[in-house]
Amino acid sequence: MSRFTDLFMGMLGAAPKKPEKVSEKVQQIMFLKYEDKDRYIKEKLHAREHHAISHKWRNRRWAVLIATNLLFVFSFWLDIQILEGALTASRFVGFHLIDLNSALQVMLAHKHVIVNLFIGTFTVFLLWVLLGGRSFCSWVCPYHLLAEWTEALHLKLVDKKIVTDHQFHRGTRTVFWILFALLAVVTGYTVFETLSPTGILSRALIYGPGLALAWVFLLLLFEVFWSRRAWCRYVCPIGLTYGAVGTLSPLQIGYHVEHCFHEGDCRKVCLVPHVLDVTVKGRAAEESMGLGPDCTRCGLCVDTCPTGALRFEVKGLSKLL
Amino acid sequence: MSETKARPATSIEKAQKARRRFLQSVGLTAGVVGLSLLGYIPVVDARPPRLRPPGALNESDFLSSCIKCGQCVQVCPVQAIKLADIGDGFGLGVPYIDARAQACDFSCDAVQCILACPTGSLTYKKPDFLNIRDGAPLAAAPILKAKENDPEPTLNLKERIGVARLARPESCLAVQGKGFKGPARGAAFTGELRYMAVDRWKPVPVREHPYDLELCDLCVRECPVKGAIELRPVKGADGVERMTPTVLEPCVGCGVCEMMCPPEPAAIVIDPQAVWKA
Repeated sequence: MSRFTDLFMGMLGAAPKKPEKVSEKVQQIMFLKYEDKDRYIKEKLHAREHHAISHKWRNRRWAVLIATNLLFVFSFWLDIQILEGALTASRFVGFHLIDLNSALQVMLAHKHVIVNLFIGTFTVFLLWVLLGGRSFCSWVCPYHLLAEWTEALHLKLVDKKIVTDHQFHRGTRTVFWILFALLAVVTGYTVFETLSPTGILSRALIYGPGLALAWVFLLLLFEVFWSRRAWCRYVCPIGLTYGAVGTLSPLQIGYHVEHCFHEGDCRKVCLVPHVLDVTVKGRAAEESMGLGPDCTRCGLCVDTCPTGALRFEVKGLSKLL
Repeated sequence: MSETKARPATSIEKAQKARRRFLQSVGLTAGVVGLSLLGYIPVVDARPPRLRPPGALNESDFLSSCIKCGQCVQVCPVQAIKLADIGDGFGLGVPYIDARAQACDFSCDAVQCILACPTGSLTYKKPDFLNIRDGAPLAAAPILKAKENDPEPTLNLKERIGVARLARPESCLAVQGKGFKGPARGAAFTGELRYMAVDRWKPVPVREHPYDLELCDLCVRECPVKGAIELRPVKGADGVERMTPTVLEPCVGCGVCEMMCPPEPAAIVIDPQAVWKA
């Protein structure tokens, strides 16, 4: 199977596999890397020493996420009318924008598509093809930010051995995607929207809080005490919808095996560590590889990598420059 | 030898772990789907239906097509539209109007909420395949009293969203032959209404516009639609004729009469999603 299919299947829940064929260039790199063990260890320690811990991408991302959500809020509160509506559907200076998963749920439940719905959906589709699909999750979704903060709490409790992370099968999210699609068709209600913490939080910010926030709170508790980032990892169909869109995206995080010491710091901070399976020693088939559609382009691995083996890239552009 | 012995041990553990993970994943799926189906409770529960914004599709179509973005909320000049909370089940995030607190007075003239709706949940013209209930279509385009002298006095609305009904004639001031003096709903009421005499484009708080009426006719006087309601002498059970608010076919169900009615609870109310019965 091609790398493209492997990555897509990986997003749906398949376990990462060892590459069938490793390119000669990579074999050469690996050989050189491990040729002299002392030198390898020395270089590794040297890189660690000089690694200034940075939160550059995280800070940028948080700023964008907060600014986007505040733009929704102020467009209504201050009546500046730049971005009217909520994350499910809105108008940016008059242009319709419609969340792809919400649009899908409505189309399946209502079985009728009007022009504005189509235009808004298509615009957002193009936007996220360009910006990298699941970038929506980490750069826009307000639940992602809350979950990131409570994740820190979860990790602290795990560290103190008070809680353990109960992992589910990653394929569960695919099952949910299918089930929610079926439920919309069969019941004629947008069932997922009743649960979606993304929609609930977005509306709570813009139109004022409601009891529905209790559900979001319960989800966060579940993630703190039972399973790390459970909603985003194992449930949320929005992530899978945007992930599918991101398969075509030129914006990605690229991995360069030459600079990697295979220590796995990146996998510890990642929401979807299976996309970083290439960073395991012996898993990279090519000299440089994209992380694939399930990567949320959050940049935590870019920040944490001491050697610059992981970078934001635009496919094709790096070759041109 | 020792290696071959060790192998099955780890694989059994692995298999157990995989089995546990599978069962937990099934549990998670069942749990979340089960929770999502709790949204049916308000549907099954025979609660009084919600008054939806003008141009709303029939309730089940409305719930399936609404994308819960609140753009209708944002454009309403009197903030009549609110989004429902989790108690509404599948209606979570779906717009409704609490007419007693703030009715739709059509002060936007163009039914802005319909214009704002991105999915056609609120629509000027229903697509052909959707069911039209008997008594829902308006016989003629409603004439807005506020625009009566304009070249185009009508409102672009094909179906009513409810029908007004004198639910408590015994508390109606007109029926009792009483007048009304002061602000319609008291000094603390926050609702707004367009008064053409004050400002065509800016609705003002009802409390800032006190009345002094010989016979209370607030529901008729402030009804934004021409010919939707009038005071008529109606013979009661005792054979005495009393002036009684009478709802007529042009009633669109906007709820201004309910909002303006002075007694508590209101004598006249909107039956949301009701149709006209001749």
